[in-house]
Amino acid sequence: MAESNKPQWNEDGQLEVLTFDVGEERLAVEAVMIREILDLLPETKVPGAPVLVGSIVNFRGKIIPIADLRVAFGMAIEPSTPDSRIVVIETELDGEQTHIGLRTDKVHEVALLNQRDAADTPAVGLRWRRDYARGLVRRPDGVIVLPDLPQIFQSAQRGGEGRQPLGLAY
Amino acid sequence: MSGDDPIAAFRVEAGDLLEGLEQALLDLSHQLDNRGLIDAVFRGLHTLKGSGAMFGFDALATFTHHCESAFDRVRKGLTPATPELVSVILSAMDHMRALVEGDGAGLEAVGSDILARLQAALGDAEQPESAAAAPVAAPSATQSAKGWKLFFRLPPGAMANGTNPLILLDELRDLGEAQVVAVVDDLPNLPDLVPTDCMMGWQVELRGNISREDIEDVFIFVMDDMELRLEPLESEEEAPVAAQVETLPDQSAALATADPSAAKAATPRASESVRVPAERLDILMDRVGELVIVQSRLSQLANSGVEGAAGELALRSISEEIERLASELRDTMMVLRMVPVASLFNRFRRLVHDLSRETGKTIELVTEGESTEVDKTVTEQLADPIVHLIRNSCDHGLETAEERLKAGKPAAGQVKLAAQHAGGEVLITISDDGRGIDRARVRAKAEANGLIQPGQVLSDFELLQLIFHPGFSTAAQITNLSGRGVGMDVVKRTIEGLRGSIDVASEQGKGSTITLRIPLTLAIIEGLLVRVGDGRYVIPLAAVEECIELPVSEDLRMRGRSMIQLRDALVPFLRLREVFNTGTEPDQFQKIVVISTGGERVGLVVDQIIGSHQTVIKSMSSLHREIASFSGATILGDGGVALILDVMHLVAFGQQREARLRAVG
Repeated sequence: MAESNKPQWNEDGQLEVLTFDVGEERLAVEAVMIREILDLLPETKVPGAPVLVGSIVNFRGKIIPIADLRVAFGMAIEPSTPDSRIVVIETELDGEQTHIGLRTDKVHEVALLNQRDAADTPAVGLRWRRDYARGLVRRPDGVIVLPDLPQIFQSAQRGGEGRQPLGLAY
Repeated sequence: MSGDDPIAAFRVEAGDLLEGLEQALLDLSHQLDNRGLIDAVFRGLHTLKGSGAMFGFDALATFTHHCESAFDRVRKGLTPATPELVSVILSAMDHMRALVEGDGAGLEAVGSDILARLQAALGDAEQPESAAAAPVAAPSATQSAKGWKLFFRLPPGAMANGTNPLILLDELRDLGEAQVVAVVDDLPNLPDLVPTDCMMGWQVELRGNISREDIEDVFIFVMDDMELRLEPLESEEEAPVAAQVETLPDQSAALATADPSAAKAATPRASESVRVPAERLDILMDRVGELVIVQSRLSQLANSGVEGAAGELALRSISEEIERLASELRDTMMVLRMVPVASLFNRFRRLVHDLSRETGKTIELVTEGESTEVDKTVTEQLADPIVHLIRNSCDHGLETAEERLKAGKPAAGQVKLAAQHAGGEVLITISDDGRGIDRARVRAKAEANGLIQPGQVLSDFELLQLIFHPGFSTAAQITNLSGRGVGMDVVKRTIEGLRGSIDVASEQGKGSTITLRIPLTLAIIEGLLVRVGDGRYVIPLAAVEECIELPVSEDLRMRGRSMIQLRDALVPFLRLREVFNTGTEPDQFQKIVVISTGGERVGLVVDQIIGSHQTVIKSMSSLHREIASFSGATILGDGGVALILDVMHLVAFGQQREARLRAVG
């Protein structure tokens, strides 16, 4: 894990995050990265794109990719529910600020996480790549995963989880 | 300068100065005795020296200083301007450019080499001069052992600009023993006297071993407008300075407090900016004003509760109004990004000048339609292809002077660069009156390279198109200029990357003309909206040749083959449903959209043609940028997203696939 991807705990050992569900995992992303939470939008599939970011949407006149983190965490793709939302985050990718929509199954709340509850990602017992998580945080209602989004997107760009299939000899 | 980096501002300013200087020098090389041009060059060098020194570019200032003093001799008529001198100063300018852009490290050797050549050029020019005319005592000597007698008068507004004559006089005194006399003969009568104007002149006798430059450096910031006469003191002193009076205008001390550099430094400019004429902004403002009015009409209608036919009619009229305004706003906005091609064309004058020297041919560059306007990004990308085409014309196209005379043409070859608008395109033509393209050699070369079969029948158009083939070059001898066979294909690709096209016409013995057609802007294109499976895609309309139907029965009959007979030619096609793996059943009435680029055609099978679409091109994030089949995306009327197909890629892909299938059997 790159040093810069480590969670930036404040001096009180706290971190303000948005928590949401993807499949059966609960994830948290720093509140400073969140731009907007949207209802699902009509998506356009991009043939040949990495599976993780297989489609694009019109986000206020800007074209942004939609990422399904279930792909990164090795879960089966499931149809959307009335609780499904798109969480638009802003992150740096290849040196440019990029908006990316995360497809989530349910958005919970903005919460404060405590550093004393945090643990490093264990080396065994995970169903996904260890470098995709920056750590785990224990909470009364379960464990929250802090995903390493830059790592996940960079790996997708290199074709980490495969690409949308293209026909013929492409 | 409000926080801007002054060094960056200087670089921009110096870039402008050097460009102006280059133009003046190139003009000078055609009219060697034009006083106005000589003065312009001198002023340019001088200003560059001054501001260079001010911003701490000492290497630049010193180097420019030498060129300036050399050129000063030309200005004073002591040395005639010669082509050699002009071209040495041109290369000196390149060196200055390097000094402006870098920190000057490691460039000293280049600089002293150029200065040596400069001396040589001056020396050469001097001999016939001194032999012909009885030389007067060289008053231009840069050194005077005894001292100097000088007179200077500042422009009336000098003090308002922050020049303090007192400081100038003090600086002169620092150089050596000075006797200063005020010259007040131009002083008006008291009622007409404007107290803030400097009406006085000063006569100064400076004694000591002082160089001319030292004195000129004192006046460096005011030199351009002031009156300055400098004479070396002769051995016997005629009329020594009359009195020891030192009359100085009282007001000057009070007024002249501002930094003399303030006036010079007041014109900073960011490097990435577009100059927009104010009237265009006014038009934009008008349109925005109208839009605000229509918007208020719309909200009035929404609140008024008018229903039924009357409301519908009002709504439709507003909708029409908005449509008109939107298209006008779009056009106005696009015009804001336009710059005249003159800035592009000017660069090539230097190129032709250099090529003319390198090849030993006399070449004239004629330009036409410089005021034609093109999108700023387009001009930037056009520079390299045009450089290549001009090099080709000068190197391969034009004959040597002897050959030209033998062919009954004037000895000087002509290269013409012209720009004009035609519909939504800009045509840029590069033509020469040289020998034209030798078809027999093109054919022989293509046969030798295996591009065509020996004896293959080709139309003239197809034959000429061969020169754009990668790895093709007809020059039997590879020269320094061109003929490396990496060129025409790159030119073609760049132009097509701009969604333009390239045509060649050539008449043996008369010359060749190459025409570049470039769309006016890159931000909005006309597109053909199609549906494939449940996705919608845009095909740039410029690439679409025709649309034909592909009934299911026909499709079935063709199973295993992907070629259609189009009049007299077989065209390979791609079933986009398969390429994009949509997993849907084909529509009953599929269509084939035939697209072409650079003479190669490919058919794309789509499920439905929806219609033409004004496509605003949006770029995709870096997660999707490397997918070669798409050049971008656009937003449709219903808010959905359609991908824009990359025509060049699809054509290349279709042709390759076809070639592979043919190879297999």
